[in-house]
Amino acid sequence: MIQADLNIILPEILLAVYAMLALVFAVYTGKDKLAPMLTWLTAVVFVLVGAWIGMTGSGENVAFNGMFHDDGFSRFAKVAILFSAAAVLVMGQDYMSRRGMLRFEYPMLITLAAVGMMVMVSAGDLMALYMGLELQSLALYVVASLRRDSVKSTEAGMKYFVLGALSSGLLLYGSSLVYGFAGTTNFAGVIEAAGHDHTPLGLLFGLTFVTAGLAFKVSAVPFHMWTPDVYEGSPTPVTAFFATAPKIAAMGLLARVLHDAFGGVVGDWQQIIALLSVLSMFLGAVAAIGQRNIKRLMAYSSIAHMGYALMGLAAGTAFGVQAMLVYMAIYVTMNIGTFAFILSMEKDGQPVTDITALNMYAKREPAKALAMLVLLFSLAGVPPLVGFFGKFYVLKAAYEAGLAWLAVLGVVASVIGAFYYLRIVYFMYFGEEGEALDKGRSSVQYVFLMVSAAVMLLGVVNLFGIEGVAQAASVALVN
Amino acid sequence: MNDSLLSLVTFIPALAAAILAIFLRGEEAAAQRNAKWVALVATVITFLVSLFVLAGFDPSDTGMQFVEERDWLMGLKYKLGVDGISILFVMLTTFMMPLVIWSSWDVNTRVKEYMIAFLLLETLMLGVFMALDLVLFYLFFEAGLIPMFLIIGIWGGKERIYASFKFFLYTFLGSVLMLVAMVGMYVDAGTTDIPTLMNHTFASETLNVLGFQVIGGLQTLMFLAFFASFAVKMPMWPVHTWLPDAHVQAPTAGSVVLAAILLKMGGYGFLRFSLPMFPIGAEILTPLVLWMSAIAIVYTSLVALVQEDMKKLIAYSSVAHMGYVTMGIFAANQQGIDGAIFQMLSHGFISGALFLCVGVIYDRMHTREIDAYGGLVNRMPAYALIFMFFTMANVGLPGTSGFIGEFLVLMGIFQVNTWVALVAASGVIFSAAYALWLYRRVVFGDLIKESLKTIKDMTAREKWIFAPLVAMTLILGVYPALVTDIIGPSVENLISNYETALAHAHTGNQMASH
Repeated sequence: MIQADLNIILPEILLAVYAMLALVFAVYTGKDKLAPMLTWLTAVVFVLVGAWIGMTGSGENVAFNGMFHDDGFSRFAKVAILFSAAAVLVMGQDYMSRRGMLRFEYPMLITLAAVGMMVMVSAGDLMALYMGLELQSLALYVVASLRRDSVKSTEAGMKYFVLGALSSGLLLYGSSLVYGFAGTTNFAGVIEAAGHDHTPLGLLFGLTFVTAGLAFKVSAVPFHMWTPDVYEGSPTPVTAFFATAPKIAAMGLLARVLHDAFGGVVGDWQQIIALLSVLSMFLGAVAAIGQRNIKRLMAYSSIAHMGYALMGLAAGTAFGVQAMLVYMAIYVTMNIGTFAFILSMEKDGQPVTDITALNMYAKREPAKALAMLVLLFSLAGVPPLVGFFGKFYVLKAAYEAGLAWLAVLGVVASVIGAFYYLRIVYFMYFGEEGEALDKGRSSVQYVFLMVSAAVMLLGVVNLFGIEGVAQAASVALVN
Repeated sequence: MNDSLLSLVTFIPALAAAILAIFLRGEEAAAQRNAKWVALVATVITFLVSLFVLAGFDPSDTGMQFVEERDWLMGLKYKLGVDGISILFVMLTTFMMPLVIWSSWDVNTRVKEYMIAFLLLETLMLGVFMALDLVLFYLFFEAGLIPMFLIIGIWGGKERIYASFKFFLYTFLGSVLMLVAMVGMYVDAGTTDIPTLMNHTFASETLNVLGFQVIGGLQTLMFLAFFASFAVKMPMWPVHTWLPDAHVQAPTAGSVVLAAILLKMGGYGFLRFSLPMFPIGAEILTPLVLWMSAIAIVYTSLVALVQEDMKKLIAYSSVAHMGYVTMGIFAANQQGIDGAIFQMLSHGFISGALFLCVGVIYDRMHTREIDAYGGLVNRMPAYALIFMFFTMANVGLPGTSGFIGEFLVLMGIFQVNTWVALVAASGVIFSAAYALWLYRRVVFGDLIKESLKTIKDMTAREKWIFAPLVAMTLILGVYPALVTDIIGPSVENLISNYETALAHAHTGNQMASH
C-alpha cells in the first residue's frame, strides 16, 4: 500500500531529495562557485521531471487516503510549473551572477518551492493543501529578500512574509471551520457535507476564509497589496518567478478546492470569485496607468490577468476550468518573454526599470523591440496574438455560465488596460531619442524573448494543441 | 486552385511583409528602394490574382462563392468566402493598395517597417471582407488596429501620439463590446459560421436588464453591441471625433487607406451582421440610426465649412458621406442598399484621391493650412485639373460616381422617411459649399504667396497614380450597372430575408396578442 502511494508522489520525492542532496553537496564543496552550474542543473532536472510527468502520467491515482491526487489536472499544472520555473532559472542566471546575487541556495529554494507547488495542485485534503502552500511560501519569502544588503529587497521579503502569514492565518481559520462542520479535512468528505441542500452555514464561512487566503496567493484584489512592493523590491529574476509558476500553482489550488471540496455549492462561491475577478481586472487596469517602473507595472498587469483567469473559474463549469488553464498557460508564456526583456534592460551594467529609458528603443534594437511589441499587444489581448484567445476562452466560459455582465466588465477593463501596454510601445517606437540602453548581453534572454514572441504569433494556428490537453485536465477535475 | 484562391489573395501581402522583415537589412538607399519595389510588386500581384476572383464570380448566385473551410481551435472555423456584397470591397482594397504604396515613393524614414505595416494592413483588411467565421472576422477587424496605430504613431504629424492613442482606444472600446456579443451568439447558436448565423433567429422577447425593459430583447442588445463597433468605425456622429485627428496626423498613405478602405468596414459590418442577423433589433433602432445619419450629414458638413486644415475638412466631409451610407443601409430597400454600397466604393476612390491631392502639395510645402495656399492654378495646371475633378466628384456632380451613390440613397430613403430625406438632401448643397470654397481658396486667385512662386506641378509618377482613380470615378459615374449588376442579386436576397424575418416576427406577435 505504502509502496503504491510512494510511487504516485515519486516526482515530488525525487525533487525534494535532489534539493537536499545538492544543498549538502554544495555546502561541503565549492559553495557559491557551484551556483551557475547548479542553476542549469536544476533547470534540466525540472524539464526532465516535467517531461516525465507529462509523458508517462495517466489516469487518476489517489495516494495516502485521498490526501494526494495525481490526475490530468494536476499533471497539466505541474508541467506548466516546472517548465516555467526552469525557464525563469535559466534566464535569470546571468543577471544574478554578474551582480553577485547568485548563491547556491537560490536554485535549491526554487526547487523546494516547486515541490510545494506540486503538492498544492495535487492536494486532496486541507492538510496537504496547507503543507504544500507553506513549503512554497517559506521558500519564496527567502528568495524575495535574496539581496540581503538591499533595503528594498529585505523590505519586500518582510512584507511578503507578514502578509503571507496573515493570509495563512485566514486560510487556517477557514480550514478549521470547514473541519469543524464537515467532520473531515478530506475534500471527498467535505463535498459530501457541502453538497446537500442543508449546507451548514459554518461550512460557508470556512469556504469564504479559505478563498480569501488563497486569493492572497493569486494576488486578487482586495488581497493584492503586497504584489507591487514585492515585485519591485525583489531581484528581477525572482520577480519573474513570482509572476509565473506560483500563480499557476495558486490558481490550480483554488480550482481544486472550489471544485473538489465545494463543487456542490457553486452558486455560493461563484459570486465571491466573480467579485474578485471584477475588482482585480479594474484595479489592475487602472492602477498601472500611473506606473513608470516596469516591474510595478507588470505587478498590476499580473493582477489584472489573474482577474481574467478568475473569470474562467467563476463560471464554475468544466469549460471554465479549461479556459482558466489555457489562460494561465498563455499568461505564463507571455510573462516569461516579457521578463526576459526586462532582465536585459541595463545601462552601464546597472539594471534599469524606468520605462522612459526605452525611448526609441526600436531604432537601436529593432528585433527585440518588435518581439516586445508582439508581447505587449498580446498582453493587451489584441488579436491575432495568442493573448486574445485566452481572453476569448474566459469570456465564453463566463457568458455560458450566465455571467454576461462579468464578460462586459472584463472587456471594458481590457480597453483601459490596453493604454499602459500601448504606452510602452509609444516609448519604444514614437518617443524621442534618449540615452541608449546597453546591448543585451545574455543570449539566453534573447532566445526566450524571441521564442515567446514567436509563440504569441504562431499560436494563432492551433494554440500548439494546448486546448485538448487543457480540456482533458478540466474534465479530470470537474465531473 | 479555386478552393484556396481567397487565401492566396489574402496572404500574398503578408508573405511579402515576412520576406521584407526577414531578408532585408540596412537603411541605405538601395535597401529602401528594394523595400518599396517588393511592396509594390506584392500589391500588384495581389490585385492581379484578385482579378481571377472577380472573373470567376457569378453574380446571379446569392450564396457564398470560392468558399474554403478548415477546422480551427475551439470549434471555430477558418472559413473564407465572398458574395455580391463583399467582393467589390475586396476589389477596392486590392485596387487601392498599389496606388497607396506607389504614392509613398518619397518616404525615407524607416521604409522597411513602413512597407511591412502597409502590407500587413492589406492582408488584414482583405481578411475582414472575406471572413465567414465570427471570430475570424473579429481577428482581422481588430488586428488592423496594430499596423494603423504604428503608421499614425511613427510616420504621423506633430500631434501623432494623441491621435494614435485616441484612434486605438476609441475603436478598441467599440469592438470589444462586439466581441462579447459574438461570444453570446456563439453560445446561443452553437456555431460561429456566418452563413448559418444569418439563418439563425435570435430571441427577441422583451428582456429586463438592470430594471430597463429592452424591447427586442437579445436582438436589440446584440445589435447595439455590434453598432458600438461599426458606428465608431464608420464613423457616425457623435462617435466620429477620432477620425479628424487620425486623418490629420496620419501620413498621406495612411489617410488614403483609412478613408478608402478602413471606414468601409463599418458599412460592410452593418450589411453582413446587423441587418441579416438581428432584423428585429435593426427595425426597432432604425429611426435612431436614420436621424443620427441625417444629423451627421448636416452637422459635419457645417463643421467642414469652418476648417482651416485641408485634411480635416476632407475628414469631416468623409463623415458626412458615410452618413449617406448608413442612411441607405437602414432604408433597407434595393435603392438604399445599392446606393450605400455604391457610395462606399465611390467614396473609396474619391476621398482617397482627395487625400492624395492634399499629399501632393503637402509634400512640396509641408503645410496643410488652407491659408498657406492660393492661386496654385498659375503654376500647377495639371494639379488644378485633377483636384477640380475630384472636388466635383465629391460634391456629387452627375457623370461622376459620387452622384450615383447619393442619388440612389436619397431615392431609397425618400420611400422610407421623407423628413430624413429632406434633411439629408440639404447636405448635398452644403457639400458643394465647403468643397468648392476649399477649391477656390487653394487653387484660384492670384499667386501672391512668396513661398508658392517656385512650386512645381505634378511629376509623371503623381499623375499616373491619379489616372486609375479618375478612370474609375468616370466609368462608375457613367455606367453604374457595372457595380449594381454584381451587388444586385445579393442585395435583393438580403432584403427579402430581412423582410421575411420581420414579417415572421410580426405575425408571431399578432398571434400572441390575439
